[in-house]
Amino acid sequence: MAERTTPSFLRTEPSPVLPPPVFAGGAVKWVRENMLAGPGSALFTLVGLAFIVWATPGLVRHLILDAVWTSPDGVACRAPGAGACWSFIARKLEFFLYASYPRDMVWRVNLCLAMGAVLAVWLLWPGAARKGLGAALFFIVYPVAALVLLHGSEALGLPKAPTDLWGGIFLSMIVATVGIVFSLPGGVLLALGRRSRLPVVRFFATLFIEFVRGVPFITVLFMANTMLPLFVPASWSPDRLVRPLVGVSLFASAYMAEVVRAGLQAIPRGQTEGAMALGLSYWKMMRLIILPQALTVVIPGIVGIFIGLFKDTTLVAVVGIPDFLRTVETARLDPAWAGPTISTTGYLFAGAFYWVFCFGMSRYSLMMERRLAAGRKR
Amino acid sequence: MAAIAQEPAQESAHEAAAIEMIGVNKWYGQFHVLRDINLVVGQGERIVICGPSGSGKSTLIRCVNRLEEHQSGRIIVRGVELTNDLRKIDEIRRDVGMVFQNFNLFPHLSILENCTLAPIWVRKMPRREAEDLAMHYLARVKIPEQAHKYPGQLSGGQQQRVAIARALCMNPRIMLFDEPTSALDPEMVKEVLDTMVALARDGMTMLCVTHEMNFAKQVADRVIFMDRGEIVEANAPEPFFANPQHERTKLFLSQILG
Amino acid sequence: MSGGEQGAARPQVPLLHDPRFRGILAQALTALVVISLIWAAVDNAATNMRARGIPTNFDFWDRTSGFDVNQTLIAYSAISTYGQAFWVGLLNTLLVAGIGIVFATLLGFLLGVMRLSANWAARSFAAIYVETLRNVPLLLQLLFWYNAILTPLPAPRASLGMPSVTLTWPDAPSFALALAAAGGAFFAARFARSRAEDDARELLASVGAALGWIVALVALLFGASVFIGAPGGGVLHWGGPAGVYLNNRGLLLPDPRFGPGFEWVMAALALGVALSLAFGIWARRRQALSGAQSPLALVSLALILGLPLLAFFAAGGPVTLEYPVLRGFNFQGGVRVLPEFVALLLGLSLYTAAFIAEEVRAGVQSVARGQTEAAHALGLRAAPTLRLVVLPQAMRVILPPLTSQYLNLTKNSSLAVFIGYPDLVQVFMGTVLNQTGAAVQVIAVTMAVYLTISLATSGLMALYARRTAWAER
Ligand SMILES: Nc1ncnc2c1ncn2[C@@H]1O[C@H](COP(=O)(O)OP(=O)(O)OP(=O)(O)O)[C@@H](O)[C@H]1O
Ligand SMILES: [Mg+2]
Repeated sequence: MAERTTPSFLRTEPSPVLPPPVFAGGAVKWVRENMLAGPGSALFTLVGLAFIVWATPGLVRHLILDAVWTSPDGVACRAPGAGACWSFIARKLEFFLYASYPRDMVWRVNLCLAMGAVLAVWLLWPGAARKGLGAALFFIVYPVAALVLLHGSEALGLPKAPTDLWGGIFLSMIVATVGIVFSLPGGVLLALGRRSRLPVVRFFATLFIEFVRGVPFITVLFMANTMLPLFVPASWSPDRLVRPLVGVSLFASAYMAEVVRAGLQAIPRGQTEGAMALGLSYWKMMRLIILPQALTVVIPGIVGIFIGLFKDTTLVAVVGIPDFLRTVETARLDPAWAGPTISTTGYLFAGAFYWVFCFGMSRYSLMMERRLAAGRKR
Repeated sequence: MAAIAQEPAQESAHEAAAIEMIGVNKWYGQFHVLRDINLVVGQGERIVICGPSGSGKSTLIRCVNRLEEHQSGRIIVRGVELTNDLRKIDEIRRDVGMVFQNFNLFPHLSILENCTLAPIWVRKMPRREAEDLAMHYLARVKIPEQAHKYPGQLSGGQQQRVAIARALCMNPRIMLFDEPTSALDPEMVKEVLDTMVALARDGMTMLCVTHEMNFAKQVADRVIFMDRGEIVEANAPEPFFANPQHERTKLFLSQILG
Repeated sequence: MSGGEQGAARPQVPLLHDPRFRGILAQALTALVVISLIWAAVDNAATNMRARGIPTNFDFWDRTSGFDVNQTLIAYSAISTYGQAFWVGLLNTLLVAGIGIVFATLLGFLLGVMRLSANWAARSFAAIYVETLRNVPLLLQLLFWYNAILTPLPAPRASLGMPSVTLTWPDAPSFALALAAAGGAFFAARFARSRAEDDARELLASVGAALGWIVALVALLFGASVFIGAPGGGVLHWGGPAGVYLNNRGLLLPDPRFGPGFEWVMAALALGVALSLAFGIWARRRQALSGAQSPLALVSLALILGLPLLAFFAAGGPVTLEYPVLRGFNFQGGVRVLPEFVALLLGLSLYTAAFIAEEVRAGVQSVARGQTEAAHALGLRAAPTLRLVVLPQAMRVILPPLTSQYLNLTKNSSLAVFIGYPDLVQVFMGTVLNQTGAAVQVIAVTMAVYLTISLATSGLMALYARRTAWAER
């Protein structure tokens, strides 16, 4: 190779830092890349914009302008051209909330819901103080207190409210809460069992988890409803609400177990070895070292289970439990309100209710995921 | 001989430049990442680019094969100017090979398939011919016996040599290296550098981002120092290392050499 | 030697402190507790069932059911047995799950890819779809489709009919004009793009190019009649009813009747498949020898679709469609799809598609950016990069969650019981259980069916994952 004279270069004055040309950044660039990147892209944008322009006025009219806001019965909603029947929701709201729970006792329900909300916020708030205390309250004290309050107790001067009167949103909340309260400890135990080095324990845990996860929730509910009374002595005759709640707890525990197992697997081997080197026993090691880490890692997964559980509470209606969605169904068929828009209005309201909860939880889990990722990077 | 000597002057001048960058500027959002880059790389020239982290070295060489788009100025590779025209981009990418810091081998393909993928699908080469070619280059980087393994089964140094062989299988005229040794354990650096030195000896045009100063002294025709998005100093290796001119070059060299 | 010494000198450990003994003790205790629980349950069940006169055997299986089912894939009537009712329910479950899986997969992949699109409209549409549907209970969606959309449909006499669409060959001048307009727009668009030099002109050019493409598309689709107003010059014609009706009794479709000569069509289909396999082998060999790529997908499609179509025309159209006809208050003839089936299929497919879309998105995003960059650096364009590099890696991530979505869909089909579609749960666990009272047997059989499907699918999946795993360190 021939010798080459290499041009040398020395910068004498620094080149200026300039703002980007108009077309390299800002809104114009965004539009170019996101709306007009090519013919297909432009076509899509056009169709999308056309759809918005076409759908918005109709939606606004149906939901707001033509909607019936105040009306004592369904007459106004039956008028031709009437939009969504919001007065139907307003008039039935109490029924949606409490179903047939005695109206003079609903303060007990409200108190329970408020306590639950406070405790949930305490537990979910990132960095809240004394979470251990909150967890103890939520998982042990709260269920007992809620049961006494809702069911009543002669000793405390609270008249009884039998479970056949329970229903509506508050019953949906009960089903979800029972599922959560039982599935976390149940899931942890099952997960530990599935990862145990004892073959018999591992066998039973795996059998249970795979069995429950392999069948539809409805069949578990059916089983709990019809077979549970057969499996226990005839004198026990479990309450009609307790039976599906047992089903919900078993079902949620099996799914929770798989999430917790993923968390246990994510903990490096060294943690176990380190704990054993310190002389901790199996249960101490799990409680102090492994589980706190494993459960933190899978918070998003746990929230995912809660979302699924919350949606699945609607299925308890199959064994005759009047949950929120069932009360909407009942109200929808009320002849006093019969009308062409009642069904859609009812479902829209119910959909919005579930959506707000589930979407909120999924955003929460996304936020936790980001925090966890940031924590790991540090 | 005479015929070659009589080639028109401007044609040979044109041929002489493998890469020409004229007044290139690039922004990420509001951030001016490449500032007024002017660089002419001759045919067969070996250039080493160094500079502190975040100075825009990767961005610069990724503009050469359009992994990044520049927003002003001109980049001409072997007489073809880079524009939005897909065919020109194809043409340039066929002639420019690239080796990445973290190898980027395709984990679902065997070593041999990694090497034959582009010859078969881009150069439309018969499979057998492509396999022969791949074996030839795998032998050149000294790992023909690994051909039927998967990337995950190789050491870092071996993976990087496969990546070099994979790029060579396209018979590129220009090779770009983006810190090819910085993800490797020290004992593997040498095997990769040896491969690169051998490639340089064969007359390949090379644009290397690396902090291996011995490599620079050994093979580079020119060393370029970049800082904060601009080329600060460029010179032949001996004067560059012995007698850096710019304050920032001196500071940088004292940090990495001393 | 040292081992022997240690063995000889092994100190006696108190039994309770020996980890091996503790392990055995714990297992024995677990087994004892579980087994005695099961035993107690079985004992209680036997007592309770005897006391209530509940049958404890499978004698009911062969008894006459006495009830009718409104959708049966096998011969079934009120004089059939409970066992036959079981098969009817099972087949109905498999039918809705199978079709649902196909729809959910197609829609889910489309939405997943749309979520990753650079286009704002596509991206936002997919995001809104996914976030809305997966955060609302499936049961609510089913009830919505069934009670708010399908049930309020008009009675048969006022059915919604789908008009037929016929494609005709345009007359020569309008065809020429359409072609010219399309071609002109297309080349103008390309020219505008290739001449773009600075950013401002590039933006204008891409707008121009987009408009050009749209004009070309419209021109080709609707023919030149739109422009010159020649009567009958169009390509698309909207005609009378196409034999597809929707009303509160369900969806009516034409019923295909296969006449003599249809076996030729099937033979042509088999031939098409065989030929495209042969073409695949030939294409491989040709590639190996000369390097030329062959349009395998296109040729296979042409063979597999084209040959049967040719045979169909050659045999004089051996398939006749029996159209549903309105007689009095109801339709006669055709195929009637139950509204319950339509609602369940819609609900299951749309709901599961939202989850599949998320799995697809996660799978594609899990492929490192460097992979695409390396493929581009080797000169591969976007489409082959996707096909050869990104998708094979993404599919490996997508497949396991995808199968579990399929299982979810199958299990969720049991929500049929809420809207009265005769699936396994509704027919067997509902009606049969109520009539026979054989709760334990019926529930056990039903659960066993779902369990078999689940375990078999996950077993196959695990096998497949092991077979296709590429070696890793
Ligand atoms: N995609 C991007 N978006 C926004 N900023 C980016 C992007 N890629 C790089 N940058 C920024 O551009 C600057 C130059 O990046 P570049 O990767 O070219 O540096 P480098 O010289 O290769 O550094 P290193 O030695 O660490 O590899 C950095 O400040 C970086 O933060
Ligand atoms: Mg870099």
